[in-house]
Amino acid sequence: MTARRPGPGASLTERITAAGGSRVVSLTIYVLRRLLWMIPVVFFVIVITFVLMHLAPGSPWDRTSGRPLSPVVAEALDKKYGLNKPVFEQFLLYVSNVVHFDFGLSYQYQGKTVTSLIGEGWPYTATIGFLAFCLIAPFGIGLGVLAALRQNTRLDYALMGFATFAASFPNFVIGALMVVLFSVLMYKATGGNFYLPAGGFDLDDHLIMPVITLALLPIAFTARLTRASTLETIRQDFVRTAWAKGLTERLVVVRHILKNSLIPVVTTLGPTFAILITGSVIVETVFSIPGIGRAFVVAVTSRDYPMLLGTTVLFSVVIAVANLVVDILYVAIDPRVRVS
Amino acid sequence: MALPAAAIEQAIDWEVGEQQVGLWGDAWTRFRRNRLALIGLAIVLALIVVAVASPLLIRMGLLPDPFTQHVDTIEVGPGIGGHVFGTDVLGRDALSRLLIGSQVSLTVGILVQGIIFPIGLTIGLCAGYLGGRVDNLLMRFTDIWYAFPDLLFVLVVVSVWHVQGAWFVQLIPIFGAIALTSWVNLARLVRGQVLSIKEKEFVEAARSSGTPPFKIITRHLLPNSLGPIIVTLTFGIPQAIFLEAVLSFLGVGIQPPQPTWGQMVNDGYEAIYANPTAVVFPALAIGFTLLAFSFIGDGLRDALDPRMRK
Repeated sequence: MTARRPGPGASLTERITAAGGSRVVSLTIYVLRRLLWMIPVVFFVIVITFVLMHLAPGSPWDRTSGRPLSPVVAEALDKKYGLNKPVFEQFLLYVSNVVHFDFGLSYQYQGKTVTSLIGEGWPYTATIGFLAFCLIAPFGIGLGVLAALRQNTRLDYALMGFATFAASFPNFVIGALMVVLFSVLMYKATGGNFYLPAGGFDLDDHLIMPVITLALLPIAFTARLTRASTLETIRQDFVRTAWAKGLTERLVVVRHILKNSLIPVVTTLGPTFAILITGSVIVETVFSIPGIGRAFVVAVTSRDYPMLLGTTVLFSVVIAVANLVVDILYVAIDPRVRVS
Repeated sequence: MALPAAAIEQAIDWEVGEQQVGLWGDAWTRFRRNRLALIGLAIVLALIVVAVASPLLIRMGLLPDPFTQHVDTIEVGPGIGGHVFGTDVLGRDALSRLLIGSQVSLTVGILVQGIIFPIGLTIGLCAGYLGGRVDNLLMRFTDIWYAFPDLLFVLVVVSVWHVQGAWFVQLIPIFGAIALTSWVNLARLVRGQVLSIKEKEFVEAARSSGTPPFKIITRHLLPNSLGPIIVTLTFGIPQAIFLEAVLSFLGVGIQPPQPTWGQMVNDGYEAIYANPTAVVFPALAIGFTLLAFSFIGDGLRDALDPRMRK
């Protein structure tokens, strides 16, 4: 039995030690088990993608336009990339290479490894993803709390109406409409003096539209969830007690309401990561940004199988890690959660 | 003691007056009160009419042919050369293409749900009712599936599986890919429903009075989880439409000449400075169609799940 219950200000480590050693042990076991579980997940993602590619009719050297490759060249290419070996052998080879972080050679870009291509695209995707993430937390949570605190007012309706729109319109549609509005029409209206660039990448106004396009859906998603969970918390007894004690609105909202209502919001950070990744695929295409998402689309349209496999594996690992971190965070911030 | 005649009259009145309102009637009443849901329903019904009627109108000559190229009016804005919505990069009438484009979106959205429904339902029911190893297998499988984002999976499948032919033939791999990613949600939902209803008293009563499992499933588990299933399927429609639109936008969906909205947005990009409406109209068409379906979904959820009511 533990003698002292940690106060609300206790840090995570204090809380864990106060709850007894068993919690630390069970949490560690839980994390380890989840980490190990990632191995089969990634393995199956490889299996699924690999099987899909090899079941597909035709070969990666088929051209939809232009002169078809001569059989001699195709055979040489097959030999170069090891496609003449039995499928199962290719698979084993690929998996053993992946374990050594070797994702093979790209078909599309001669002489470049998948790893180097991903390395080239990574900074772009990471910059935009990071900036979008920085918008999601303050705007999503802020707007959600605001709407909940002013429930059934015009502000609430306006914010939720906006969230519904943002959640329903696909990001390539939002991106396209923004380009029309802020690049084309603004260019025409100001005579070319002031407009936002419709494509390319630079650490300036090139970032505005892609980041907003990427962040809009998760912001809407987070705002709706925050509103719902805040509304639920507001009706609880301890909040009424806090009001009755005569606490200021600030204290009640920050200390009592937010602390509880944000717990379910944290759990959606995992899905948010998945949204950001699939979003980057589209946003980078709309705004011609040379990131990993764009590389993925190029690989899809040009049947660059090693590139496709490499990016898919990378995406699934990122999502699996994000989900794991979120689950650990969830256990850490909510002392009521028991790991099993 | 005899009751006064008036009281008896009153009692009869009450009985007659208290009309029986079933779950579905009740849900319909609540759905009707939701203005946004009705607007959504109206938009969707209008779209269905458009998808069915526009080929007829084109054949009757009331609308320009969506495939004929008008070389003297290429990429013009609305109203020029008799083209109400302008023309695209190849000089084809944008309005006809927009109206015909609804066919692909609606077909994908609705038919995919028809594929998902039996698959998700069967697997979810088995996992929830049988429990144990079957259940474990499903849950582990969905864990893997969740590491694979929908859009990426659909893109990979569609990029390797090309089918030539008419647009509905080309749709087959797209159907397959979207259905493969979406049944998991339904299966998980059905499983959860079955798990919670299975423990209720009325199911226990049925089981203890010797009702065979199949009858328990069809009589008790299924009808009681139908509400959430319908809501999930409704929300699946915009999701499927979205996936198809993205595929077309990226150029791996239905191949030209059959117009789809995603492909029209992509085509419009080529001359966005000359004629931005070529992007705006199909983009808005996609956006409002998805919005309409999510309004219906929201309305159905509020109507079918009284606990969610505020």
